[in-house]
Amino acid sequence: MKQIIVVGNGMVGYKFCEKFVAEQGSEEFKITVFGEEPRPAYDRVHLSEYFENQDAKALEMAPASWYAEHNVDLITGERVSDINRASKTITTAKDREFKYDYLVLATGSSPFVPPIKGVEKEGVFVYRTIEDLEGMLAYAAKLNAEKPNAKAAVLGGGLLGLEAGKAVMDMGLEPHIVEFAPKLMPRQLDSRSSQVLKLKLESIGLNIHLSKATNQILGEKAITGMEFGEDDMLEVDMLIISAGIRPRDELGRASGLEVGVRGGIVVNNKMLTSDENIYAIGEIALYNQMIYGLVAPGYEMAEIAVKQILGHKEHIMPESIDMSTKLKLIGVDVASFGEPFMPAAKGHSIIFENKTQHLYKRINVSLDGKELLGGILVGDAADYNMLHQVYLNGMAIPEDPSQLILPASEGGSSFGSVLDLPDTAQVCSCESVSKGDICSSITEGDCNNLGDVVTKTKATSGCGGCKPMVVDLVNETLKSLGKEVKETVCEHFNFSRQELYDLVKVNKVADYDEALNLFGEGNGCEVCKPLLASIFATITMETPNRQPEIQDTNDRFLANIQRNGTYSVVPRVAGGEITPQQLITIGEVAKKYDLYTKITGGQRIDLFGAQIHELPLIWKELIDAGFESGHAYGKSLRTVKSCVGSTWCRYGMHESVTFAIEVENRYRGLRSPHKLKGGVSGCIRECAEARGKDFGLIAVEGGWNLYVCGNGGATPKHAVLLAEQLDDKTVIKYLDRFLMYYIRTAGPLVRTAPWLEKLDGGIDYLKKIVIEDTLGIAEELENEMQGLVNKYECEWKQAIENPEMMKRFKHFVNSEDTDDNLVFVPMREQKMPKQWA
Amino acid sequence: MQDILSQYESVSKEAVKEWFKVGKTEDFPENSGACIKYKTKQIAVYNFVRTGKWYATQNLCPHKMEMVLSLGMIGDKDGIPKVACPMHKKNFSLEDGSNLGGEDLKIATYPVKIEEGNVYIGFSD
Repeated sequence: MKQIIVVGNGMVGYKFCEKFVAEQGSEEFKITVFGEEPRPAYDRVHLSEYFENQDAKALEMAPASWYAEHNVDLITGERVSDINRASKTITTAKDREFKYDYLVLATGSSPFVPPIKGVEKEGVFVYRTIEDLEGMLAYAAKLNAEKPNAKAAVLGGGLLGLEAGKAVMDMGLEPHIVEFAPKLMPRQLDSRSSQVLKLKLESIGLNIHLSKATNQILGEKAITGMEFGEDDMLEVDMLIISAGIRPRDELGRASGLEVGVRGGIVVNNKMLTSDENIYAIGEIALYNQMIYGLVAPGYEMAEIAVKQILGHKEHIMPESIDMSTKLKLIGVDVASFGEPFMPAAKGHSIIFENKTQHLYKRINVSLDGKELLGGILVGDAADYNMLHQVYLNGMAIPEDPSQLILPASEGGSSFGSVLDLPDTAQVCSCESVSKGDICSSITEGDCNNLGDVVTKTKATSGCGGCKPMVVDLVNETLKSLGKEVKETVCEHFNFSRQELYDLVKVNKVADYDEALNLFGEGNGCEVCKPLLASIFATITMETPNRQPEIQDTNDRFLANIQRNGTYSVVPRVAGGEITPQQLITIGEVAKKYDLYTKITGGQRIDLFGAQIHELPLIWKELIDAGFESGHAYGKSLRTVKSCVGSTWCRYGMHESVTFAIEVENRYRGLRSPHKLKGGVSGCIRECAEARGKDFGLIAVEGGWNLYVCGNGGATPKHAVLLAEQLDDKTVIKYLDRFLMYYIRTAGPLVRTAPWLEKLDGGIDYLKKIVIEDTLGIAEELENEMQGLVNKYECEWKQAIENPEMMKRFKHFVNSEDTDDNLVFVPMREQKMPKQWA
Repeated sequence: MQDILSQYESVSKEAVKEWFKVGKTEDFPENSGACIKYKTKQIAVYNFVRTGKWYATQNLCPHKMEMVLSLGMIGDKDGIPKVACPMHKKNFSLEDGSNLGGEDLKIATYPVKIEEGNVYIGFSD
């Protein structure tokens, strides 16, 4: 059996063992791994978590038992002191000798301690191992006991230094960061982003000192301060040095392996050193004249060494190594990818900066604007994973690349689906897991949820930065298979609204009961009943009078239920145009039935406080005077609001009232997944607020501009332009197509704006369907809509003319009494329901 | 206000002192609720045609004290027959009156019997 000796049991040394024993053919090798520290390998990336819980076990890469279970000999607390290349043996500090066939050096690095006078004083620490942290904790506890407001400084404002700054805060000391360069994280950030980060860190209590060269550590025995220059000093009681790393290449150096000028053991793309039996991986390996201080390249090197030793010679290290990184520093997102700094000759930068919110985003794109070259994110790195993938895979970017980083409210678009990524896209770089690996573990493997996928692929188990993307991928993949995350209607129907719509239509289902018998189970509920009622209405234009038992209460009584269980009545006032005689009629009815009256937001009049038995009486009078139902109670067309337009307005360009009335009367009574509102403005002053509606028309030179998918309400949204300068006929044609397509495909209770947001391809796709008719369904949509328009009848007229239908407008079955619990109190010359509590 | 609520207490079949006739079965809408009056009480009666079962509860929703439960939609949740209040969609079991959303709200239930096409509700007062 061949012997492999791994020197160093850090993250990369461990990863080598893990990857090796997982390979076929590994059983012919025996691995012995030496660790100088007293414990098995732990996760140094998340070292600062030790300050929160002091749980060293939680940081372990694998428990000590793992090594035994996998036939790996782990020897901790014993440093390898010598390599004898001629005899292929190593000697340890305990003077024991071991023979090897292959030697893997994974000794990592040690903190660089600059040669500053006084650096040996008590209270000066480095930040690397759990032992270092334990020393700091003990010292900090002593300081806290001796003096209040003790201060600690970190020398070095790089990535690790800021981590150490958090550690200082956690220890209850006043934190200071001292950096030689004029900016924080000089390797990852440009000056502006560093400024933003500095502001943010200062806002949470870190004191930051830039451009400070430390001359001397002050103090007798223990540190009392740092001196930067004459009369420039900082009093501190403790110092943590985090001024970079130096590869621990002394073993290689002593045994004559080729090393770099500034340290590191030289390796080729097979991770082989100048000795054909010795590999070097991780932070001691000098590859392409570079030391890579990140975990992902270290893991990749481990993988290459494993493959090479097992004879899979085709596996070699890529020429360029991605140094993109994302981390959370003291709760602040910081990320940089690709080329964060880019010479102006190579491309253009787009920068979004908001110091008030401590936000900074920069992307670098090629001169032709087609390629993403790199970028920096500070404060909000939510887009990092997607941007990183776009960069890695050379994916197409929007014509206006600023959309990649602009806030959504400023017209920035979120990315498409994660499923658009190529299968080869590396999602988890620590564990080299591609999008294809993740998706196929579900589509072809037997993974059914996030946990399964993580166990199977190991994705997210390294730095964890890819987690949001893995979650999205798992959900989207499950969704695409119709598993679990499927958006079904309710427990009674295992279908989406669109599926049910098709099923009912194709099978010519007669009523709710038949639908439940054919496609559902149980006895229905308040979700599926009105949903099917809406589907029946949009297929056959049936009114709620046919199946009152499946209607929401409002539709069942053709009125809006209000706070005390009474109802309100809204007659249609198309376009908001009303005659004095109609106003008088409404006034008389309101007076007769003692109803509270108010003008609605949709230019009509609402009459409140009617009891169920009064509804038909009220409607009889309104219908006799020429009114009809306003459908204010339904998930249906409500109003088409208008401004007065060219008939009266001196600015008006077209007759907005006339057209609003035509449009409202065309779609009156139309049931839809949610309520529908329209607006028509006579000029661009937009007095009808048409862009706040599901569909809006604005008069312009040469016709109407048609906007769709806006709304007011809880999540206001402006409607977006669908087509320009249309004549009346084309407006109707496009509206027919748009509305019918929405009604067919939207989920239950989804208004047009969120529907469009979820529509693949967005407004451009909608334009293709409505204007270009790429699906070839435009005529069908128009015909369906015309069919519904032709079948319209006023459901209130229908109800009051049919005694059978009238039976439900009664408070008690067994008594002519009315509800005696209603109490009204006066309010501004009208009335309102008495408050209960 | 509490007076209105306190007059509603569940009645078990065994505790019924009076079976009060509230109408013929055809007076009650199918797969829906309707309201009847008994002394000062308002009782919602539900007619499940699919299962052939009848239920009765107080008409008062204890959430906002509105006389509206008979106007709510009926159905079931995990096999338990229920009514959804039309005001805020609170779901109540028609078997024991408990709130199916886990809230501390409860409605009183009353036994129903059908004899010779007549609907009777059982009361203990």
